[in-house]
Amino acid sequence: MTGTLAAIGAGLAVIGAGIGIGNVGSKAMEAIARQPDAAGDIRSNMILMAALVEGAALIAIILSFFVG
Amino acid sequence: MKKIIISLLSLCLLTFAVSAQDHDDHSGDATEEHHESGDHHAEGDHHEGGCHCHDASEDEFDPGETAFHHIMDVNAFHLYGDIYIPLPCILYAPEHGWSFFLSSKFELHEHGDGHKAIDGYVMHHGEVMRVQDQSFPKGEVAVKCFGSTHEGDKEIFQVIYEGDCYNLDKKSTWDGGMLGGGITSYYDFSITKNVFTMLLALFLLFFMFRRVAKAYTTRKGEAPKGIQSLIEPIFVFMRDEVAIPFLGPKYEKYLPFLMSIFFFILGLNLIGQIPFFPGSGNVTGNLAVTMVLALFAFFVTNLSGNKHYWEHIFWMPGVPAWVKTILTPVEVMGLIIKPLTLMLRLFANITAGHIVIIIFVSLIFVFGQAGESIGGSVLGGFIAVPLTLFMMAIELLVAFIQAFVFCILTASYIGAAIEDHHHEAEHH
Repeated sequence: MTGTLAAIGAGLAVIGAGIGIGNVGSKAMEAIARQPDAAGDIRSNMILMAALVEGAALIAIILSFFVG
Repeated sequence: MKKIIISLLSLCLLTFAVSAQDHDDHSGDATEEHHESGDHHAEGDHHEGGCHCHDASEDEFDPGETAFHHIMDVNAFHLYGDIYIPLPCILYAPEHGWSFFLSSKFELHEHGDGHKAIDGYVMHHGEVMRVQDQSFPKGEVAVKCFGSTHEGDKEIFQVIYEGDCYNLDKKSTWDGGMLGGGITSYYDFSITKNVFTMLLALFLLFFMFRRVAKAYTTRKGEAPKGIQSLIEPIFVFMRDEVAIPFLGPKYEKYLPFLMSIFFFILGLNLIGQIPFFPGSGNVTGNLAVTMVLALFAFFVTNLSGNKHYWEHIFWMPGVPAWVKTILTPVEVMGLIIKPLTLMLRLFANITAGHIVIIIFVSLIFVFGQAGESIGGSVLGGFIAVPLTLFMMAIELLVAFIQAFVFCILTASYIGAAIEDHHHEAEHH
């Protein structure tokens, strides 16, 4: 039972991270399209932000891994 | 030259900090239940003198278990079937003293179980374990097989020797066994698969960077050549995109640390992608390794933090006092959460990659009913090969991205700690 709940929790965390990283990516692409000169700066900041969003999801996944 | 020595030293420290994983002394607390007969055993168990002998060859093929064994740190490189490349075992028990030998002395056969016990140590699932009972004969003796019993949630492995069961030291379960050891009665300083891979990465990086560094003096003013043209773009990219934007004018002080971290993680990620002998070690997917890397980031960040950094953590300027009471605990938690996410991100990404590749390869055996159905194996192969190739390509990308992300986040944490807050004064 806890295993199933943990799996559902991991799935929810992935949905959250998916929405977050999707937003980061779409806005970054938009920004690069508007300002192609700043592509380098935007890209590294995009990866940084994606990593931060991902971090929250990873904590949830690891927790569900150890609970489940 | 000074920078090279500093880089080498930090790499050495990383390697040894991990190889000397601590084992607390906890002997003799579970020696009483030798003959406990568990009733939750798999079908492939034989009964013998109150002990269960677990015969792994009769088990159903379990991809999850195979993947889990692969990501663990073990004491021998598995090549094929009964063929292993031995690694040195360096073990210390307070009652017995030091033991040095190669893991081939255990006479490994399939599934990483050893036929021999040496000085009370046995090898089960590729890992060295110690018999708890001190009356177990020392020296080299042949053991029959391995079994397991349950005590609460914990699975205790047993070795069967002359019809008697001997409990092996329990592994701590809070880390899922991924920290390598746990609470045991002995200290394990062995050159395991992970330590070997780290040493390999260390020597490769050292000689590569020695050559590149030399090229800058002998070929001054000329275009880069050979290995130099491989390293220079990466190094310049990391310096211009990571170090300078985040660290500002003082970047040179932290450049050796950032570059050591980056190339060490990158090297280990890439070596881990090689599916056979020198590679296959899941080093950056080991919590202990990523924890030490994150600790380095934590200490470098906080030891170089200036007055403004600490002021912003403990007494944020420019906010009302009641907000500060909420903000301060959050900021203090942030101190710990930052390296914690560094540790988990790298660990989870690399481990997930290794597990997914093994699961895809396992499709061959799942479809082929563990080798019984050739048609199924062929079908499984046709599914598994493209999937594995795709996953390996993704993992190659992940190897670079994760090394880069670790580095860029470390740089941003250090940058926040050393930043001069001149512009703050203008706002207020």
